[in-house]
Amino acid sequence: MTLDRPTAIAATGLRKSYGELTVLDGIDITVPEATVFSLLGPNGAGKTTTVQILSTLIQGDGGSVRVAGHDLGTDADGVRGAIGVTGQFSAVDNLLTGEENLLLMADLHHLDRREGRLRTAELLERFDLVDAAKKPPSLYSGGMRRKLDLAMTLVGDPKVIFLDEPTTGLDPRTRRTMWAAIRELVAGGVTIFLTTQYLEEADELADRIALLDHGKLVAEGTSDELKRLIPGGHLRLQFTDPAELDHAARAFAGSTRDDAALALQIPSDGDVHSLRAVLDHLDVASIEVASLTVHTPDLDDVFLALTGRPAEKEIVR
Amino acid sequence: MSTPLTLAARDSRTMLRRNMRRWVRYPAMTVQLIGIPVIFLLMFAYVFGETLGAGLGGPAGDRDDYINYLVPGIILMTVSASVQGTAISVAMDMYEGIIARFRTMAISRGAVLTGHVIGSFLQTLAGLAIVIGVSLLIGFRTNGNVAEWAAAIGLICLFSIALTWLAVAFGLKAKSVETASNLPTLLVLLPFLGSGFVPTDSMPAGLRWFAEYQPFSPVIETVRGLLLGTAIGNDAVIALAWTAAIGIVSYFWALKLFRRPPVR
Repeated sequence: MTLDRPTAIAATGLRKSYGELTVLDGIDITVPEATVFSLLGPNGAGKTTTVQILSTLIQGDGGSVRVAGHDLGTDADGVRGAIGVTGQFSAVDNLLTGEENLLLMADLHHLDRREGRLRTAELLERFDLVDAAKKPPSLYSGGMRRKLDLAMTLVGDPKVIFLDEPTTGLDPRTRRTMWAAIRELVAGGVTIFLTTQYLEEADELADRIALLDHGKLVAEGTSDELKRLIPGGHLRLQFTDPAELDHAARAFAGSTRDDAALALQIPSDGDVHSLRAVLDHLDVASIEVASLTVHTPDLDDVFLALTGRPAEKEIVR
Repeated sequence: MSTPLTLAARDSRTMLRRNMRRWVRYPAMTVQLIGIPVIFLLMFAYVFGETLGAGLGGPAGDRDDYINYLVPGIILMTVSASVQGTAISVAMDMYEGIIARFRTMAISRGAVLTGHVIGSFLQTLAGLAIVIGVSLLIGFRTNGNVAEWAAAIGLICLFSIALTWLAVAFGLKAKSVETASNLPTLLVLLPFLGSGFVPTDSMPAGLRWFAEYQPFSPVIETVRGLLLGTAIGNDAVIALAWTAAIGIVSYFWALKLFRRPPVR
């Protein structure tokens, strides 16, 4: 579905180290236009460093990057003209009012006066900041600051937006508002590069997710593909009759029975093929099942299995 | 129509407007920075003036003589107090996150710093106008003609710009906003450790050597010579040499620091 779109971000062999410490160890990223790419990883995995390199803030030690058709190495200003960045630390001027912050951005994007005023008014409206327009952000709530921050990023109509943990520390309601704003942008053709620690957020928003750990991408795919990457998925058969449970437990080698709940767990990656095999087997053995549910591991399992627990690292390698 | 140069000028103007607006919003610092030299002027004139005037050893040697002696030192103190504000506002910027935003935008690289330097310079000029105004009110009398005043103001302006770039570098170098004013505070002390308040002849040998060769003294002596007709000698040349050296070194230092990767 997104395969035929032009590429908005293409990075190959990106590396960065600070002295002995390797922060990024050769990562490749491809993001098609008008999609959301989410970089997921624990603190210190190199997420922010990646954003800083892709958004021209710092230089990588190796690799090549094209953003919105501009080469990062030879045309950094071209990249800057096409991107917007909202980092995890709010980048607003606390001594100017919300409105003045937006007008400052309009001036720096070289919009003429009238255009700048229109754009400012429109963004204040869109992010529900009209009442707060004449107040400095130091009087804003955390959510309002983040909205102003994103609004400032949008003044220049960027084609590619980097959001570095955009909802960290926000209340659930404001988080939903941000998500809605992000979806609206993508619908309008904007490409989003999102870093987050929240699996739910990546699951909600991202077309593709990459897991970053110790400077390497340990997995990449859609949310569903990632969930299927690790074992732990199973089919759960619910019975009403203990005799049927016995019957089924004998029929499926490798299953785990739960006598108290009258349930049987059969390991499965949850794809249609293995599901059909189980159903056929149940038919042939004429086992009566009250209900069947498919459990795929959630991103939490993936996250922990791929980045967190040293004991399970063999799975990755 | 929009060459890189006009865009750079436009971006610098935008940044200058931003800085001016920040001062209006946060006037406490400006008031304090201009207030310090005025308070020192009044204190030295009225508390110590009579005694120090007698110590100058002139024929009359009273308060009025001392006010004339004092004002060039206070003028330089105004400059160094003002650039203290520069260092603080630069450091505030660096730790507020908005600089990271500026760096990811297609704006002229130097505009952020140029905006600070021009803004600070205008603030220094305002401070100088107030301090010179108060000086004239309390009896500062010069025999400088228009050309001598112009030369004195020209030198003070050049020296201000050089110190402003130094303060920008200090602000960029500072580990936090709180420590940003540490190094510039030394600049406020330098007029004391020079010929700003008393002639250097009256100091013990080691201190006198420092007082005579540090950058503020030749500037103060040159301004004093231009406005009061005292001997300038080679002080003017030394003053210009110091100004150029501080300005050029600080300029490149500040640019180098500004190009560093961001702190966060």
